[in-house]
Parts: sequence; C-alpha cells; structure tokens
Amino acid sequence: MREGMFRNPSGCAISGIFSKSGKRFSGRQIIESIAVMHERSNGLGGGFAAYGIYPEFKDHYAFHIFYDDIYAKRECEEFLEDHFDIVSFSQIPTRKLPEIKDTPLIWRYFLAPLPAKLADSQQDEGEYVIRCVFRINTGIKGAYVFSSGKNMGVFKAVGFPEDVGRFYRLEEYEGYCFTAHGRYPTNTPGWWGGAHPFALLDFSVVHNGEISSYDANRRTIEMYGYKCTLQTDTEVITYIIDYLHRKQGLDLKEICSVIAAPFWSVIATRPQKEREELEYLRCVFDTLLINGPFSIIVGFEGGMMALNDRLKLRSMVVGEKDDMVYVASEEAAIRVIQKDLDRVWSPKGGEGVIVTLEKGSA
Amino acid sequence: MAAFDIYPEYEIVRNNERCTNCRVCEKQCANGAHIFLTDKNRMAADDDKCVNCHRCVAMCPVRALKIVKTNHTFRENLYWTGKSIKEIKRQAESGGVLLSSMGNPETYPVYFDKILLNASQVTNPSIDPLREPMETRVYLGSKPDKVVRDEKGRIKIDLPLHIKLSMPVMLSAMSYGSISYNAHESLARAAAEAGIMYNTGEGGLHEDLYRYGKNTIVQVASGRFGVHSRYLSNGAAIEIKMGQGAKPGIGGHLPGSKIVGDISKTRMIPEGSDAISPAPHHDIYSIEDLSQLVYSLKEATGYTKPIIVKIAAVHNVAAIASGIARSGADIIAIDGFRGGTGAAPARIRDHVGIPIELALASVDKRLRDEGIRNRVSIVAGGGIRSSADVVKAIALGADCVYIGTAALIALGCHMCRSCHTGKCNWGIATQREDLVKRLNPDWGYKRLVNLLNAWKHEIMEMMGGMGINAIESLRGNRLMLRGVGLNEKELEILGIKHAGE
Ligand code: SF4
Ligand code: SF4
Repeated sequence: MREGMFRNPSGCAISGIFSKSGKRFSGRQIIESIAVMHERSNGLGGGFAAYGIYPEFKDHYAFHIFYDDIYAKRECEEFLEDHFDIVSFSQIPTRKLPEIKDTPLIWRYFLAPLPAKLADSQQDEGEYVIRCVFRINTGIKGAYVFSSGKNMGVFKAVGFPEDVGRFYRLEEYEGYCFTAHGRYPTNTPGWWGGAHPFALLDFSVVHNGEISSYDANRRTIEMYGYKCTLQTDTEVITYIIDYLHRKQGLDLKEICSVIAAPFWSVIATRPQKEREELEYLRCVFDTLLINGPFSIIVGFEGGMMALNDRLKLRSMVVGEKDDMVYVASEEAAIRVIQKDLDRVWSPKGGEGVIVTLEKGSA
Repeated sequence: MAAFDIYPEYEIVRNNERCTNCRVCEKQCANGAHIFLTDKNRMAADDDKCVNCHRCVAMCPVRALKIVKTNHTFRENLYWTGKSIKEIKRQAESGGVLLSSMGNPETYPVYFDKILLNASQVTNPSIDPLREPMETRVYLGSKPDKVVRDEKGRIKIDLPLHIKLSMPVMLSAMSYGSISYNAHESLARAAAEAGIMYNTGEGGLHEDLYRYGKNTIVQVASGRFGVHSRYLSNGAAIEIKMGQGAKPGIGGHLPGSKIVGDISKTRMIPEGSDAISPAPHHDIYSIEDLSQLVYSLKEATGYTKPIIVKIAAVHNVAAIASGIARSGADIIAIDGFRGGTGAAPARIRDHVGIPIELALASVDKRLRDEGIRNRVSIVAGGGIRSSADVVKAIALGADCVYIGTAALIALGCHMCRSCHTGKCNWGIATQREDLVKRLNPDWGYKRLVNLLNAWKHEIMEMMGGMGINAIESLRGNRLMLRGVGLNEKELEILGIKHAGE
C-alpha cells in the first residue's frame, strides 16, 4: 500500500535541509520550503529546529523556555541557578505579527552543569540535563523547556509555520541544518509547547502521521523513566530515539531496525550475521516498534536522518544537489528552493536516509 | 427420604414416531441413560443419569432425540435457588465435598464482554491483512536490560532462551490421565502443525509423543509425576505449576481407577494407586525456594530451556508475579478463575480466585512500575473463548494466551462439565478404551488446527482495523480498549478509559 491508495485527510508537513560540507546558510530557505505545504497545516502549530546556530556557545546547553508569566520565570531561573552555571541569557528576539497571538515569554539560556551538583547526582552529563528538563516541565507550573541541546535550537509556536518562522526572525540565524514542521493536530489541542519539533538534548524530531502503537510505545518508554506529558506521537518517538541511542548505545541504522523493523519474512532472507542481529533487535525492543503511518526527520549534532514507517504510509521525498540534502513531505517543497536537483527519490518504507557532516567540516 | 427427592436437571425427549429402536443411543451413553425395554420393545430414558453431553443426540441416525432443561422447579426464590437447595440435599445424602469440572460457571462479571476494541478512521489507515503482511509471531522469554557489544563493536547476540510461536496462543496444561491419549495426541499434533506449544500437564509425557518435543511444554507440578531428565530435556520449555485458576490453593487427585496401563507407566506410579498432587510443592514454602527450583531445572537442562511459572490469579497476584519475575523465571503464566479443570471441589472452583482480566492488568502494570516487565513474558489463561478475548488480553498486557476449554470443544467436548466422572462420552476426559476410541486424533487435530487458523485470521483482521501490523504493537496498547458499563475503580485497575472518553 502506498500513499494515494487510500483516503488520508490528515496531513502534517515536514521539511529538512542539510549541508554535508557544514556550510552555514540562513533560515530563509526552510521557511520557503515549508510555506509551499501550507494546506497540510491548519495553523495550530509550526516550528523549526536549527543546527550550528550558536557557534559562540557551542559547548553550552542552550535552553529555550516558554513562561506563562514572570512568576514561573522567577521560579525556573532559581532552579537553573541551583543546577547550572548560567553563561548567558536573553529574551529570544521575535517580531510582532498579527498572525501569532497569545505569545508567552520566550527566553534563552546558555548553561553548563554545576560540576559539584553533577558529581553529586552520579549521572552522566546528558542524563543530568534531561532530569533537570523533566523537573522543570513537570514541576514548575507555567515553565516549559522546549529546546535543550548544544549549538542548536528549536523555535516553535501556534500558527502556520511560515508565520512562526517570521515571528522568530529565523532568516537571521545561520546553520548547517534546518528542519521544519507544519501541524494539523488531530490528537492534542494546539498549544505552544505541543507544537513541533520536539527535542531532547540535541535530538529533535519532526513527524507526520498518527501512530497506532502509541500506547504500547508510551508504556514501554515510561518504564525506563521517561514521562510522556504531551501525549503526542512526536514526544514518544523522541524518547524512544534518545533511549536507544543514549542508553542502549545503538547507532542510527540500528535504531531504524528497531522503530521501523523489517518484516520477519524480510529478515529471513538476509545473510546470517545480519539476520541474527535484526532478529535480536526486533526481539529485545519489540514494543519500541513504531506502527502505523509516520515520516520523521530527526536532527542531531552533525547529522540528519529521514525515515518512513515500514509500509510507507506517509509520503516523503529526498533530493540532493552538490553537498546539500533536502527532505520533504512533497517534492514541490524541495523544488521551490532548489529547482535543479542532481537526484531525487522516494526512500522505501523502513529505509532510513542518514546524512552526516563530512570529515573536517565545521 | 423419597425415592426421587431430587428431580433431574435435564430431560431426554425422544420422538417415538421417529425412533427405530436401533439402540445406538444405548450403546453410546456411558452413563446408561438409555435403556431398551425388551418386554415393551421400545426405548426408555433415565433422566437422572443424563449429563447433557449430546452424544446420543449427535449419534441418533434419525434425529429422534433432544435434551431439554427441565421446567420442573422449586417454588421460586431468588435467594434460595433450586441449585442451592439441591446441593444441600445432595450433601445431606452423601456427607461429601461436591465435585465439579470445567471452569467457574457462575454469574460473576465477565470483563472481556465489557471491553470494546478500537479501529482506525480517517487520521490513520486501517491495514488489509489480505494485501499486506500482518505479523502474529511471538517470542516468549526474558529480554536483556542492556545491549552488549564485542571488542569489534558488534552487538553480542546473547538473547536468553525463547519460545517461538506463530501466533499468541498456546494450548494449556491438560495431563495425560485427566484426558485420554487420543486427546493428548490431538493437542500435540495440532501444536506442531500450527507452530505453537501444547502443555503436558502434570502427568508426564507418553513415549510416543516425544517426537513433538519442539512444540511441547513439559510441566513440573507438586506431585512430580513423570518427571525425569529425558522428559525435561524433551520439551521446548518447562513449566512449574504453582497453582491453577479452577482450584487455587489446592492440589490434584487422579483416582487409582484411572491409573492404568500407560498412564501408570508415564506417571511412574504403580497401577491402581491414587495420584495425589499436594496443594503446595513441599520444597517451595516461599519465593526463595521457588527460585531454587527454577535454577535446579535450568541446571538439569544445561540452561537450554526457558522456565515458566504458572500461578492462579488470586488477590495479591501482582506482588506474587513481581516476586516470580525476580526469581529467574522467564515467563509467568496467570490462570484466571474461569479456567477449566478435570475435577475440582465446586466450592473452590466457584468462590476462589479472581478474573483474569483484572489480574493480568494489575500484573502488567506492577511489572512496569517496577521496571522489570522486559524480564518476563506474561501468558494469560483461564476462560479465553474467542479471538476477541485474545486481542483484548494482549492489549491489556499479555504476550500470549493459554486456551484449554476452547481447545477441547474443538476436539468434540460439549461442555457437559462431567469430566470428573471419567465417563466422557466424547473420548476426551476418560480412560475407558471404548470411549477413548471415539476421538480420532487424525480428525481431532485438524479441527483444532482449523480453530487456531480461524482465530489467527480474526486476530489479523482486528489488528488491521486498528492500523497495527505486528502483534507486539498491540501488547499493552490499552488505548485500543474502552470499557462499557464499568465503574471508575474497574477502569482504573484495567487501565482503560470508558467508551466515549
Ligand atoms: S439412537 Fe435414536 S433411533 Fe436409535 S434408539 Fe436411540 S433414539 Fe431411537
Ligand atoms: S471433556 Fe467430556 S466430560 Fe468433560 S465437559 Fe467435555 S464432553 Fe463433558
């Protein structure tokens, strides 16, 4: 079954641009790309993830935080001071737009964990930071950390994605990778924190689809200490990727073999070594298989991955031009920024397309 | 006391216009309910002896017979029901414990019937199992907490022992002795053909069935009948039976009259001696003792077999299961109070234990809360009647289910619930050779395979409707379930929302 063989009125849009050479470019292109797919969103959420945008603070965790009011901000900043060395902080620059309403306070902090606190916690640095994010998001009313990686940032809001991009002045940032999401929510009401991308440390996920394995996935990942507070697919997918990568040490290709595991009949045709490995991964992480339609773009430090569910129930196209790689729900969203592509193709279901920075690049 | 103090429950109705006096019913009825009156040259019936097993009805060549529930009644009383009155009279007569068989027939809530399934509409597509792959394969066993790599960085394939099943259904423990050889052979062959497992129960394994070892779970129960090292090594997995849903807290008793020939040999006890399984395992008085038995069995088989621990669903089943999960066991089987039996005291069967739906939901939750759900697989049994029950059990959190009664019905059982009499007219729960012959394993196993295939298709159909194409994505996926007519507490324990929410 392929896209188009059935009626599918739900639609999100995703788009991603990556420079393999690490050349930094402005956020203007990603706005143009996602704007083409305007009718795949309904104005209830849009957002971007941008990598390589904070070279001057590249060793610090960049927290982007929504505050409902200054009390939440005060309480949260006290918590941050207790746990981190705050190297720099400022309001995130925005542009007043009639299309973007009910704006919360939006602040950015560059942080380094306090060495004594970190040592006390007996956790590695990543785990320490994640625990802090969870504590703010579940413990401090009116505060919500929506970006927490190094040298990257998430920008999102309720609105159409192109308006969200203009709102955040995305064209003023330069990075080697941008991803974007336009939302058509069917599951959860539109809320700033619920817009996508969803991110944890430097992993960010944009996702199109509605997964049918949600509760099986959620209940599994919550067993490993994650809390799914947003009840969105993207949230649970991000946690699964974080768990498999950071806690189980799987590489991205192995992660694809878990979340979009090949069918048993396909596994049976593979050479012995590979077959054993695939069987093992499918058995051990069986309830982390993500079932139902999805296409996702995962951004991470130094790379980007695009993946479809194993039946490819959502459209996704990849294009290449020189060192640039483009991914989008529709080819038109690539053509609008790069007419002249060297190669364009539609990856098979379950086949992850992984691109990383070339050696020696930024 | 009057000669006919208790009126029979069922009446045999014979259409004398049709009856040809062929006397088939007389031959077929092991209970002697049909008598030929030579002087009158016609058939008569003794309703007192009828257990309503339908054997005569099915065999009568001219459809002259039917069995009806009697409309003879006590003066109506919702509290002192006819059943209560009769049981008291029977006990006043015999001075004994009331015996019964098959599962709890009482009117307790059936949660499976108050749970409804989801299907995809609009926002994600349903999947057509006739056009797309639909995976029902299941692996049962423990899963490692952490992926380990070798010096070259390759993943170490150190998966603990697993049982592989083509679908999430296994045939539950029924011992050779409680059921006939032909019934056992049918179960074994059906399991082999369908790519699943059957379970020997506590009566050992007949030599001729060793060849189905790959599809056999060998059971070790408190009586240890028929347990020896070849038996243990022959199975694909070993099950320690701690309890049974139909009679939690009590043991088993196979009367000496059934310990004949091969059964005595297989059980390794002398002919004619009663086979008594004690209520507890006398080497297991606590959880650490269980762990020792788990590891003794693993040692005895060179760590080549996964170990299942089967318990009855009782009040604190979640805590018990959590203890078992830490005892080294690979799989926990939970048997609900509707589970069948060849013989049980009626009071125990009808009043002890809890529904499998609630037990399963709370065990799955407890193991997740404690972060150890991946260490064990859960098998739910006790009253599974259809593929819909299977799907609901899996969505509640089971890896797989056990079916017993349903399998026997496929083999010809008519649920007369008289297994304890040893005179099963369908050749299942009996050792009388003339009766056993009535079940032809060549025919029996095919019917059971048909049933399993039919369920598999239905399971795939329901999964496809939910937009799921691998059974593991259904496991514990409680959002796919909604309750109807359940109260807050019940919904909370089941971990599901009410319909409309
Ligand atoms: S089997 Fe039917 S026809 Fe034959 S004797 Fe019995 S009732 Fe009559
Ligand atoms: S197995 Fe035989 S005796 Fe037992 S309920 Fe079924 S038909 Fe009756």
